[in-house]
Amino acid sequence: MKAAEENGIDIPTLCYDERLTVTGACRMCVVEVKGARKLMAACATPVSDGMEVLTESDRVVEARREILRLLIANHDLRCLTCERNGDCRLQDYCYRYKVEDTPYKGAVIEYPVDTDNPFFIRDYSKCIRCGKCVTLCAEINGAHVYDFMHRGFDTKVTSAYDDTLQETTCTFCGMCINVCPVAALVEKSTLWEGRPWEVKKVTTTCPYCGVGCQLKLKVKDNRIIGVTADRSGSNLGDLCGKGQFGWAYVHSPDRLTGPLIKRNSAFVKVSWEEALNYVAARFTDILNRRGGQAFAGLSSAKATNEENYLFQKFMRTVLQTNNVDHCARL
Amino acid sequence: MTNSINEILETDVILVIGSNTTEAHPVTGYRIKQAVRNGKQLIVADPRRIELVKYADIWLRHRPGTDIALLNGLAHVILRDDLWDKEFVAERCEGFEEFEKTAAKYTPERVAEITGVDAELIEQAAHLYGEAEKATIIYAMGITQHTSGTHNVMAVANLAILTGNVGRRGTGVAPLRGQNNVQGACDMGCLPNYYPSYQPVEDPAARSKFERFWQVKLPEKPGLTVTEMTDAARRGKLKCMYIMGENPVLSDPDGNHVVEALQNLEFLVVQDIFLTETAQLAEVVLPAVTFAEKDGTFTNTERRIQMVRKAIDTESKAKPDWQIITELAQKMGHPWQYPGGPAQIMGEIAQCAPLYGGISHQRLEQEGGLHWPCPTPSHPGTLYLHADGFARGKGRFHSVEYLPPAEEPDEEYPLILTTGRTLYQFHTGTMSRRSRLEELRSEELAMIHPKDAEIYGIRDKDTISVESRRGKVTTKVQVTDQVPPGIVFMTFHFKETPTNVLTIASTDPVCRIPELKVCAVRVEKIISNPPVDERDNYVGVYKQ
Repeated sequence: MKAAEENGIDIPTLCYDERLTVTGACRMCVVEVKGARKLMAACATPVSDGMEVLTESDRVVEARREILRLLIANHDLRCLTCERNGDCRLQDYCYRYKVEDTPYKGAVIEYPVDTDNPFFIRDYSKCIRCGKCVTLCAEINGAHVYDFMHRGFDTKVTSAYDDTLQETTCTFCGMCINVCPVAALVEKSTLWEGRPWEVKKVTTTCPYCGVGCQLKLKVKDNRIIGVTADRSGSNLGDLCGKGQFGWAYVHSPDRLTGPLIKRNSAFVKVSWEEALNYVAARFTDILNRRGGQAFAGLSSAKATNEENYLFQKFMRTVLQTNNVDHCARL
Repeated sequence: MTNSINEILETDVILVIGSNTTEAHPVTGYRIKQAVRNGKQLIVADPRRIELVKYADIWLRHRPGTDIALLNGLAHVILRDDLWDKEFVAERCEGFEEFEKTAAKYTPERVAEITGVDAELIEQAAHLYGEAEKATIIYAMGITQHTSGTHNVMAVANLAILTGNVGRRGTGVAPLRGQNNVQGACDMGCLPNYYPSYQPVEDPAARSKFERFWQVKLPEKPGLTVTEMTDAARRGKLKCMYIMGENPVLSDPDGNHVVEALQNLEFLVVQDIFLTETAQLAEVVLPAVTFAEKDGTFTNTERRIQMVRKAIDTESKAKPDWQIITELAQKMGHPWQYPGGPAQIMGEIAQCAPLYGGISHQRLEQEGGLHWPCPTPSHPGTLYLHADGFARGKGRFHSVEYLPPAEEPDEEYPLILTTGRTLYQFHTGTMSRRSRLEELRSEELAMIHPKDAEIYGIRDKDTISVESRRGKVTTKVQVTDQVPPGIVFMTFHFKETPTNVLTIASTDPVCRIPELKVCAVRVEKIISNPPVDERDNYVGVYKQ
């Protein structure tokens, strides 16, 4: 799989993730290796010298079609309103391999949608049991929340005793949502808020702790509706609950919307012109009377480098003091 | 950090001291847990049974404030048993003889007495760390927020250079920075004694460089630190403060005195995204925008400079901080012009801050994040420091001695209060409490050991008062052996329980960091909750 990736050959997969142990669960990546009796899973087959591999032979394509037919036989196919419509690996591959329907009509398991946690829904009627969330939760977060329950057709990926996540070791990092190839795990904040192609994704840096995780903000109509993983940073796509779910403050009704000046112990809204003129006048007055030593400034470990640079430049050059610090010690 | 975060996966032995990594820096916590899962070894030194203890080969449960004794004790065994890197010390370090004498005094037996850690465990930990080919030490505010904070850091550094664990991949010392851009704020010179890129204010050459660069006369004297500002304001020496994006009323020690200090000012301007507890005390409040509404860069704990990109337009009159500061400078008659915005400002930074000499927004867009030092536009950045020697020439051993914390428990205030963060909230909660994370954790839950709980007749979920010489707060309580007997743990996320009115403003004499990790308190039950007959069911829920 890696060798193919490096050589620009696209092998389809539903369960492979370079960060995780190879499970070979989905079999979508089967390829034909010359001399081998069976089709091999590309994710679990190391390349060797002189190996000849066919990645899209008739035999391979037919096998993949068969897998897809089996998968959609027990998958909630209400794609019309699905949150992942247009951004779904199962849909992508059915399209790629022209799988319109399944001959395997039979029992379909319908699970109620689990909406018990504050952050995301778990819709197991859409789960394809690729096991990515299971491996990721165990190997990266270490919480071991998910596993496979029951066997065969009844297999369900879920938490111990099928419990609500609040009752488990779940830390609500949301990484499982970001690896889910279908709509089995979906952020609540994005439900009915926009189709995938209408949502703009902006890569940026998380505003919480000093790890500096890279993430993508999902934006629709000038509002953040969710977060998804970005692999360009040293977090390699990993996130915690704060980065994944901690953004709503941006749209909080408590946000300050205009400058305020306190008059008779109450804040009054004023224009920028008035506020800045007032501040400049007071600063100038105190500077003239008392000099720079009467001033001190606290800059912000939440502000950007550019802003911190300007802040200390302002304190040192305009207010003539080195009394500038921030919360580095707190 | 001397090295980069993902090098944690390459190290053989990790020593975590004074860092609850999985809650305060979760994604770095994942790396530690991944390393352990891959067969690497872990030593955790922490008074609390933090999550990483489950992954640790050795847990050193030392008393709060006894880090130097513990670290010197490890050095003692490493020296005694000949596990140190003689070549590295001879070639690249100085001050060894004196350090050796100091370490000699810290026998495992004596250290056991000071720290409460079994001497045998100290021996084992020293061997594990000392024998490792590659070892790294991860620390955070549990090391620094003490009156001995600077010495604690030196003791950490001593151990690293003694074993030659610096300047190679997968080694080093890793102070984890708490805020997204605290590293950057330091790099940019938002410090009373440094210009950008750590050029000392007191160095006449640096001063005249910046006088030429900024075309103004600059003050010579280094300024005041946060805690000194509070003092100066209380004594009336400061008249005016300009606070941008900080909430010292909740975040700084001895909160009541902070309020008093700010009220004592002639003029207070606060620039923030919310009307914080601090902003409420201001005469003028200037509305700023969030990270999602502006461009710029943050520098993370591994010195990696990364883009922040505007995702949405601001729907109110709020403006980015850089724009407000620029306009204010212009109003005061300074000819600041940044029509090119943050990208242009970064251009100016690159001209005066050598560590950022090769940084530009254009480059960050093309190449992704870059680690400083990055002195020139063709420099690839620096993943780990000190590969070819230390900045000051030789690495210096500092002989540091254990000193007890500023305030120790006594009859009147018999318990130690130590503070920190939890996974689901952040700092003073201005951001995280306005998100759905609030549904997971919306109130303080002071941690207290079952033995102490019994002494004070406290049950799980009761409401108690916690009182120090400086103030008193009420809080709900969780009875848990995550804390050792004699210690209460609280966060400072919740304005309803402003823990920092309890903490002490005693600071480290060198860097003026406050001792937020140790002060003496007493507790008292106020409300039993839930009712008596049901509560037996609750006891021990949090016990492991």
